[in-house]
Amino acid sequence: MTTSDDVVVEAVGLKRLYPITKGILFKKKIGEVRAVDGIDLQLMRGETLALVGESGCGKSTTGRLLMGLEPADGGSISVLGDDLAKLNSRQMRAKRRDIQMILQDPYTSLNPRMNVATIVGEPFAIHPDALAGRSRSEAVRELMDRVGLDPSMVNRYPHQFSGGQRQRIGVARALALRPQIIVADEPVSALDVSVQAQVMNLLLDLQKEMGLSYVFVSHDLAVVRQIADRISVMYPGRVVETGKAESVYAAPAHPYTLALLSAAPIPDPAVQAERERIKLSGELPNPADPPSGCRFRTRCWKAQEVCAREEPQLVEISSGHSVACHFPQREDAKV
Amino acid sequence: MSDLQVEAQSAQAAGPESRTVAADAWYQLRRNWVFWVSVVLIVGISAIVLFPGLFASEEATTSLTGGCQLEDSLEAPGDKFLLGADQQGCDVYSLSIYSARTSVSVGLLTAIGTTLIGSLLGLLAGFYGGKSDSVLSGVTSIFLGLPFVLGAVVLLSSVDLPDIWGVVFALTLLSWATAFRLVRAKTIEAKGQDYTLAARALGAKDLRIMFRHILPNAIGPSIVVAVISLGIFIGAEATLSYLGLGIQPPNTSWGVMISEAQNAFFTAPWVLMVPAGFLTVTVLAFILLGETVSDALDPKLRK
Repeated sequence: MTTSDDVVVEAVGLKRLYPITKGILFKKKIGEVRAVDGIDLQLMRGETLALVGESGCGKSTTGRLLMGLEPADGGSISVLGDDLAKLNSRQMRAKRRDIQMILQDPYTSLNPRMNVATIVGEPFAIHPDALAGRSRSEAVRELMDRVGLDPSMVNRYPHQFSGGQRQRIGVARALALRPQIIVADEPVSALDVSVQAQVMNLLLDLQKEMGLSYVFVSHDLAVVRQIADRISVMYPGRVVETGKAESVYAAPAHPYTLALLSAAPIPDPAVQAERERIKLSGELPNPADPPSGCRFRTRCWKAQEVCAREEPQLVEISSGHSVACHFPQREDAKV
Repeated sequence: MSDLQVEAQSAQAAGPESRTVAADAWYQLRRNWVFWVSVVLIVGISAIVLFPGLFASEEATTSLTGGCQLEDSLEAPGDKFLLGADQQGCDVYSLSIYSARTSVSVGLLTAIGTTLIGSLLGLLAGFYGGKSDSVLSGVTSIFLGLPFVLGAVVLLSSVDLPDIWGVVFALTLLSWATAFRLVRAKTIEAKGQDYTLAARALGAKDLRIMFRHILPNAIGPSIVVAVISLGIFIGAEATLSYLGLGIQPPNTSWGVMISEAQNAFFTAPWVLMVPAGFLTVTVLAFILLGETVSDALDPKLRK
C-alpha cells in the first residue's frame, strides 16, 4: 500500500494566496491572505485522508485546489500521475472523471430549478461516453438506487427532499462518472446527527464496493474517527500534525491537536466528566498577518521564546507520524 | 405568462407533492382577483391588437374609403359616432381600436429588446467580472443617469428610423440598464452558489454554467420588470408621439391621437379622453399583472 504506484493524489508545497485589494476601478494590492501556505499531502489508493481544523484554516481551500477549481499559487498537485497545472482545459475536463467532489451544504449544492433527473444526469450530459451504452435515465436510476433513493422520485425538485436525501443526491452526482477519488468537503456537517451516521455509512459502503479514495475535509473529530485512515491537522495554512488515525487519536503530539481532541465529546458520561478539557483562548490568527515563528504560539500554553523566533517544521516522531512543534507531547503522556 | 401556466400544469401532472416555485406562484395567483382583472384586460387588449376588425371597421378611420368626412368634424358622441368624431371627422372609437396595434407593438418590442440586451450583458458582466464588468457597469450608470425624455428627444431628432423602429430603438437604448443591473446582481449571487461549483467540478463549460445553471436562477426579477415596464413603454411612446417625435402621421397611435386632440380639448373632450382611457387601462393592466406575479413569485411576501 505504500509504494509510489499507489499514490493517487500528491500535493507538494501547495500554496493559495488571496490578494487583499483596495480601490474600485484601479485595484491596488495591499496585502494577501495566505489561505494555504505550503502544505504537502499524499493520498493512497483506497484510503481516506482527513483534513481537520477549525473554520478558516484552509482545509476547504485545499479541497478546491485538489479539484483544480482554483489555481494554486505555488507548489504542485498531481492526480493519478498527471500534474494539474500542465493540463489544458480539455485534458482537465477528462481528468474530472477521475476526481469528483461532495459539497457541504445540501441546500445550496443542488440547483433549485432542476429536477433530480437533470441534476444526476448532468455528468452524462457533459461526458456522454460515461454512459457506456446505457440510456441516461437508466444510468440515473441505477445511481439513485445505489445511494439508497427511490428511483421513482427522479422528477421531483430538490426542495421536496430532506437534508439527508439531498446529500444522497449530491453523492449520486459525484459517483456518476465512476471517479477513483472523491474530495468530500464537510459532507455531513450540515446534517442531523442521526442522518450523519446514515450518510457516513453510505460513504463507507461505497468506498468498499468501488475502491474509492477519499479526501475528507471536516472539523468534526468524532465523524473523522469513523472514516479516516490518516489525518492531517491544519492550522491556518499549514499542516501541524499528520499521521495514521489511530496514532494521532491515541497519542496526539501537537498541542493544537490535543486541544481539538479534548473538545470533541466522548459518548460516555463517566469518562466525559472525568477528563480534563483544554480550553483555547483567543481566535485563529489573522491569516493576512500570521504571527512570527509558530502560528499557534499565540494560543499555546507551552509557548516559549523559541516559538516566536523559529517556525517549527514537520518532523517524524514515529513511523508515519509527523508533527510541527518545538515541544511536542511525549508519546507516553496521557491526554 | 403562458410559460408560467405550462410549468404549473406539468408540475401538477407530476403528482400532488411535486410543486415548483412556479406552481406555488400559480396557486397564489389563482386566488388573487387583481391578477384576474389584469388578465381579462390583457386578453381584451390582445384581441384588439390581433383582430381589430372584430371591434371596429377600418373604413371609418380614413377618408380614402369614405369614412372620415369633414362635415362630421368634432361630432359629439351619439347615434352616428359611439364615442364621437375628431377634427377630421373620423370615428374616435374605431381610430383608437386601430391605434392599439402600434402602441402595444412599441411596448412589447421594447420590453423584449431591453430584457434580451440587458440580461445578456448582465449575465456576461456578472459571470466574467473583472475589467469588462467594471466598464459595463460604468456605462450602465451613465445610461441610468440620463434623463429619459430628454435622452429620447435627442436620440429621435438625430436618428432617422422608419415608423415605430425609431421609438423602439430610443426606448430600448435608454432602458436596458435596469435589466442589466438586476440580472448582473442575481448572476453574481448564483455564481457563488455551490451548485455552480458542483457543475464546474463536473467539467461543465462556461456556456453550460451560464445558460443552464445561472440564467434560470437570475432571470426571474427582470421578467417581472419587463412586464411592468411594458406598460410604461406604451406610455413613453405616447409621450414621444405627443411631442411630435414618435410615431408620425399618417401612422397612428394613442399618443398621436392625444397629440392631435389637444387643440379641441375644451370643445370636444372625447377626442382626447377616449385614446387616453385606452392608454391608461392598458398601462395599468400590465403594471398590475407584473406586480401580482412578482408578489406571487416572492415567498417572503406570501401570507
